[in-house]
Amino acid sequence: MALLTDLINLDLSETTDKIIAEYIWIGGSGLDLRSKARTLPGPVTDPSQLPKWNYDGSSTGQAPGEDSEVILYPQAIFKDPFRRGNNILVMCDCYTPAGEPIPTNKRYNAAKVFSHPDVVAEEPWYGIEQEYTLLQKDVKWPLGWPVGGFPGPQGPYYCSAGADKSFGRDIVDAHYKACLYAGINVSGINGEVMPGQWEFQVGPSVGISSGDQIWVARYILERITEIAGVVLSLDPKPIQGDWNGAGAHTNYSTKSMRNDGGYEIIKSAIEKLGKRHKEHIAAYGEGNERRLTGRHETADINTFIWGVANRGASIRVGRETEQNGKGYFEDRRPASNMDPYVVTSMIAETTILWKP
Amino acid sequence: MALLTDLINLNFSDYTEKIIAEYIWVGGSGVDIRSKARTLSGPVTDASQLPKWNYDGSSTGQAPGEDSEVILYPQAIFRDPFRKGNNILVMCDCYTPQGEPIPTNKRHNAAKIFSNPAVAAEETWFGIEQEYTLLQKDVKWPIGWPIGGYPGPQGPYYCSAGADKAFRRDIVDAHYRACLYAGINISGINGEVMPGQWEFQVGPCVGVSAGDQLWVARYVLERITEMAGVVLSLDPKPIQGDWNGAGAHTNYSTKSMRSDGGYEVIKQAIEKLGWRHKEHIAAYGEGNERRLTGRHETADINTFVWGVANRGASIRVGRDTEKSGKGYFEDRRPASNMDPYAVTSMIAETTILWKPT
Repeated sequence: MALLTDLINLDLSETTDKIIAEYIWIGGSGLDLRSKARTLPGPVTDPSQLPKWNYDGSSTGQAPGEDSEVILYPQAIFKDPFRRGNNILVMCDCYTPAGEPIPTNKRYNAAKVFSHPDVVAEEPWYGIEQEYTLLQKDVKWPLGWPVGGFPGPQGPYYCSAGADKSFGRDIVDAHYKACLYAGINVSGINGEVMPGQWEFQVGPSVGISSGDQIWVARYILERITEIAGVVLSLDPKPIQGDWNGAGAHTNYSTKSMRNDGGYEIIKSAIEKLGKRHKEHIAAYGEGNERRLTGRHETADINTFIWGVANRGASIRVGRETEQNGKGYFEDRRPASNMDPYVVTSMIAETTILWKP
Repeated sequence: MALLTDLINLNFSDYTEKIIAEYIWVGGSGVDIRSKARTLSGPVTDASQLPKWNYDGSSTGQAPGEDSEVILYPQAIFRDPFRKGNNILVMCDCYTPQGEPIPTNKRHNAAKIFSNPAVAAEETWFGIEQEYTLLQKDVKWPIGWPIGGYPGPQGPYYCSAGADKAFRRDIVDAHYRACLYAGINISGINGEVMPGQWEFQVGPCVGVSAGDQLWVARYVLERITEMAGVVLSLDPKPIQGDWNGAGAHTNYSTKSMRSDGGYEVIKQAIEKLGWRHKEHIAAYGEGNERRLTGRHETADINTFVWGVANRGASIRVGRDTEKSGKGYFEDRRPASNMDPYAVTSMIAETTILWKPT
């Protein structure tokens, strides 16, 4: 294996200017990540310097076999933590050859919302808390859980250390550093309440960049779990019973909310979100009804409530924001498998553009 | 797996000024240690430069769900031996949003005692001998012990070497180095009397720093045992029967005790501790009654006895101290699961501030 590692780590920059670009896109389920690589003649600093590309959409449920090309438009670049050197990861979105976004392309509409002048003026910031579960490869049972049984009940695991409490930290720490290397704004990590479950946070990011960074962070995580021989699950309720689900709490603020008097703006924004609760829930991830039960630090899916420091609410406002009279709030409804382009743009649309 | 290791060891300081800070706090049981990490914009040199943070207290038994935020105040920083670079570990204590220490926050009161002018003037030094047991992961039986059985009786194991006597020295040595790297004042290690049991010592530390350093040393140990696939136990009597328990003997001296004539000051201090024996015992760790039996190098929990070089005493004074007429003494009563903030501050309070009525 020594030779294989040498080759994986081969530094090409000594012998050639060429770089490798890994083009990443979202597949037909809206949640599966796909990627393939191409050689470019030299380093690039901006996505506009990258060529469009295409892939076989009939193999990802995104095009019929007799008209299978889906076009990839490069949208954001990051340093490749696996190939390192000048090699890059490229987040793309998908179009028909005629230039129309395909149905699973949620970025296109999000970019329109985020380029609306009213939204631009408000500089919407997002901090997304991505929760996820690690599963043992062949049995799809959570990492660290005895096969055919269950671990002791929740309580000791949140933010814990210890071989009997914390499972898979090497994956989590490798992911943290890899994302920082890549240029993703990862702001932190923690072990979660259910054993084998973890969380990382990305943000604050402005507008469309939040979605780009979350998708690439998810891609890097799936690559790292692949290396580790463990399976990544973004299911919002991987285990039924007295076990927490997995969410993607989305923290949000606009310029007005961050300024003096912002607390009133926050309250009006929350009120508007309450009036569109059903519409948001429909876009906040498949299977969320298994997770939003009113137990395990969630609010029931049919209820909209907000509160300060209340983790059983749909929307939580932090004590600091209440105390300072300005800040941000946390939408706790999105599921771990949500599409960040959809959720971030919908929150901006409802709170800034929508009039009841 | 080579690639995963590359990523864990990635030195991203070539690409960004950012650092990772692991905030550590004591959870709802008073013994469980919790932590989570955040990215900061650049290196820091002092805890005062770090922002306060908060966590979900409803998940650690420290707050109700509808009012769950517990605030973390950074108190001491150490270099992170796992992430290395400019990354740090931050020992914190816990407050309500209104700024009140929560009930499990023993540091707050300790800091008050240690900043009392009479206490500060005496420059209280502490050396804590943390004993602990390593358990096999799935059966929770000590490492090196046969499953369903027992090893040979105690005798050969204390400070031993050999595959049949010393179990998982790699964890102990890794911990020693990691703590030195982190900036913890770890003064030594040794294999203990019960097989699978070890000890490290932290000190001398002044005042509240003893507690900070011991808690972070415990955290580093739990992280290392996690990597090693072995479980750390701080239970004071992990195995019933003719097997030693685990303590946290606390060595103590003040400026007066370290100066000429100190031996008299030591004797008075021990006398005061004797009068408050019950109060101290109540704060010296849960389950200590299973350990302080009068056997296995302990004094009975209801008895207060002190002596020179006497390991069956509640308090032992070393021969060196007796001969020089000054020095320090060892309170052998605290259990391995004691809270060092509570124990160190209580010893200082009783010996320096308390006046018998």
